[in-house]
Amino acid sequence: MAMETESQKAFHVDVGNLLAFNPFHSFPSLPASRDELVKECLHEGTKLVQAVADSLFNLPSSEDVDGPLVKLPPPTTKLPREKHLPKPKPPTKWEEFAKKKGIQKRKKDKVVWDEQTGTWKRRFGYDRVNDDKDIPIIEAKMTDEPGVDPFAKRQDEKKKRVEKQEKNRLQNLKQAAKIGALPSHVQLAATALPITGTQAPPKKVTKDELGNVAGMAATSTASGGKFDRKLPGEKPAKKQGKHRKFLPVVEGSGIGSREKEQTESVLNKLISKHSHEILNVGKAVTMYNVKKEKKARNKRNQEGKFSSATNKLKPKKLLQKKTGKKGPVSSKKGKAK
Amino acid sequence: MSNNEQTLRFCSSAIMMRIKTPKNGRVRRELEKRAPKLVETGKKTLILQGTKTSGTLNGVLSEIYHLKKGGAVRFTRKNDNIRPFESGGEASLEFFSLKTDCSLFVYGSHSKKRPNNLVIGRMYDHHVYDLVEVGVENFKSIESFNYDKKMAPRVGSKPFIAFVGEGFENVDELKHLKEVLLDLLRGEVVENINLAGVDRAYVCTAISLNKVYLTHCALRLKKSGTVVPRMELVEVGPSMDLVVRRHRLPNEGLRKEAMRTAKDQPKKKVKNVSSDAIEGTIGKIYIPDQKVGDVALPNKAKGVKRERREAKKKEANERASKKQREESE
Repeated sequence: MAMETESQKAFHVDVGNLLAFNPFHSFPSLPASRDELVKECLHEGTKLVQAVADSLFNLPSSEDVDGPLVKLPPPTTKLPREKHLPKPKPPTKWEEFAKKKGIQKRKKDKVVWDEQTGTWKRRFGYDRVNDDKDIPIIEAKMTDEPGVDPFAKRQDEKKKRVEKQEKNRLQNLKQAAKIGALPSHVQLAATALPITGTQAPPKKVTKDELGNVAGMAATSTASGGKFDRKLPGEKPAKKQGKHRKFLPVVEGSGIGSREKEQTESVLNKLISKHSHEILNVGKAVTMYNVKKEKKARNKRNQEGKFSSATNKLKPKKLLQKKTGKKGPVSSKKGKAK
Repeated sequence: MSNNEQTLRFCSSAIMMRIKTPKNGRVRRELEKRAPKLVETGKKTLILQGTKTSGTLNGVLSEIYHLKKGGAVRFTRKNDNIRPFESGGEASLEFFSLKTDCSLFVYGSHSKKRPNNLVIGRMYDHHVYDLVEVGVENFKSIESFNYDKKMAPRVGSKPFIAFVGEGFENVDELKHLKEVLLDLLRGEVVENINLAGVDRAYVCTAISLNKVYLTHCALRLKKSGTVVPRMELVEVGPSMDLVVRRHRLPNEGLRKEAMRTAKDQPKKKVKNVSSDAIEGTIGKIYIPDQKVGDVALPNKAKGVKRERREAKKKEANERASKKQREESE
C-alpha cells in the first residue's frame, strides 16, 4: 500500500459519506471480455474502499454491545437539500408588544390556591379556580339594568373574549403563513368565497335537494337518465323514466293503433255519445241544493211573497242548463255523421 | 390550545379562513416528520414505471427497491401521463412526491427509441430539481450471482461508495450522474456507525465517455496486521451498464437555494448550564431536602460499634472509679 506513487494515491475520500473517488483512472482500451472488465473494476474498487476503510478504522472508537462504535465526521461533498430551510416563526402581536414594553414572561403554576373552597385547584380544565359555574351569588350594582341576567352576561363576556382570542390567533397564523413560516401541524383552509357587497352568502344545498335536482336533470334527457355516467355512490333517481310519453311518428294503422285510440277518446268526450258518463251527478245535486237553500232564505226574508207553488214551477233548471249546451251540439254532430 | 377545528367569521377580511390542526397524535407526529428541518435525514425514493416496461427493466426496478428497502416506495401500475423531460409531464410526479414525501424518484420506461430507459430525478420542495436519463444494458440480477449466502449484506446497512474514472471529473453528464448516484445510494446520514456492520459497497466505473458500470458488492473484512482490516469485494447484487442519454441540470437560482445550509446553531439546549464571561461555565445542581432523622440506619453502623466501645469504656471507667473510691474508702 505504501508503495503507491503520489499521483495514484490522491483519491478523493469523504469519510462522512463513506465515499472514495479516483479521478485518475482511465481505460486506454476496453478489455476484450466482460469478465476482465469486471475484474478490473473490482480491483480498482477494492483499492478505493481500502482507502476509505483506512481512514474509517483509524477514527477513535468507543466500545458498544454490538461492536466498536465510531463517530463519523460530517460529509464533505455537498448535496442539495430536499426541502427548503425552515423559516423562524415571526413574533406574534403580543410578543412584539411585550418586547416593546419590557414585559417578562412569568412561569405559571399548574395548581392555584382557591380561596373559596380552601384547596389547591387547577388553573384551567375540569375542576378549576374561578369557574363561572361556581359563583353562587352576584351582588347587584347601581349601574345594573333590571331584567339583565348577570350570569348570562358573564358567560357572554367570556364567549366574546374567547372569540377575540381566536381571531387574534388566526391573524397571527395568517401573518406567519404570509412569510411561509406556518407551523407544520397547522393548515389554513378557506371556508367560503369572499362576500362582496350586498350579496347574501350562498345557501347550503341539502342532500335531498341535490338528489332531486339530479333526478330532474336526468328526466330532461331523451333516455330518462338511464345511461348517464353516475358518480361513485350516487343513488338512482326516485322517479325513474320519462314523465311524458310521446307517440311514435310512424305507426301501422291496425286495430290497436294508439293514435286512433287517443283521438277517439278525445272526440267522444266532446261529442258525448255517452253524455251521462260526462255528467258529474254529485256536483249537480250539490249545486241544486245550494240554490234551493238560497231561495228558501230569500223567501223567508221577503216574508212569503213567493208561495211554495212557484218553487215547484221551476223544477230542474240546473239539469237542463247542463245538457242544454250539449244538446244542440250533439244534434248537429249527429246530422253530420 | 384546543386541537379541534375552528370556524371564524371576519368582518374586515373578505376570505373566511379556518385553522385546521390534527386531532390525532399520530397525524401530528407524521406531519412533523414531513416538515422541513434544519438538518435533513435520509431521502425517500419513489420507484415507478411508465406506459411500457420490459422484463429487464422490471428486474432493475424491483432490485433497486430491494436495495433501498427501508426508504423507498414502489408503485406497480403504469403511469401514462408522466413525461419527465417535457414541461407538462411532471405534474403527476410532483403530486406523488408530495403525497409519499419522496424527494428522489426512479422512473422506468421502455420504447423502441429508448430501450430500458431509467430516469433518475431529484425534487426540491416537491418540484423537479434535476433529471438524468440512463439506459440499462447488460443487467445481471441478484439471482444470477453465486456467492456464500452468509456474507450477504443486511438490509439498511450504510454502503461504501467508490467512483472510478476520469470521466466523472471531465464529462458534464457523468459528473451529474455521479452526484445523483451518490444521493440515491447513500442512505441516511449518520453520526455514529458500528464498524462491525459495514458490509456492502457500490462500485461505479466510467468505462467510456458515456457509459458507467455499476455493481453492488458485499464486503469481506480479512485480518491484517494493523487495526484496519483488509477489504475484499465479492460481487453480490445487481450489476448493470448505464448509458447516459439525456440530463437536465437545475436552474442556477434553484441550485443556489437548494445548496444553502444553515450555519451550525447550538441545537440542544443543555438544562441548568449557563456560561459567564467571568466565571466560565456554571452548572446548577438541585438537591432535595435531606431528612436526616428519617434515614434508616444499616445493621452494622459504625456509630453503634463506637457507642458500644464507648459504653464499655465508660463502664470500665466507672468500675475503675468505683474501685478507686473503694480503695480510697
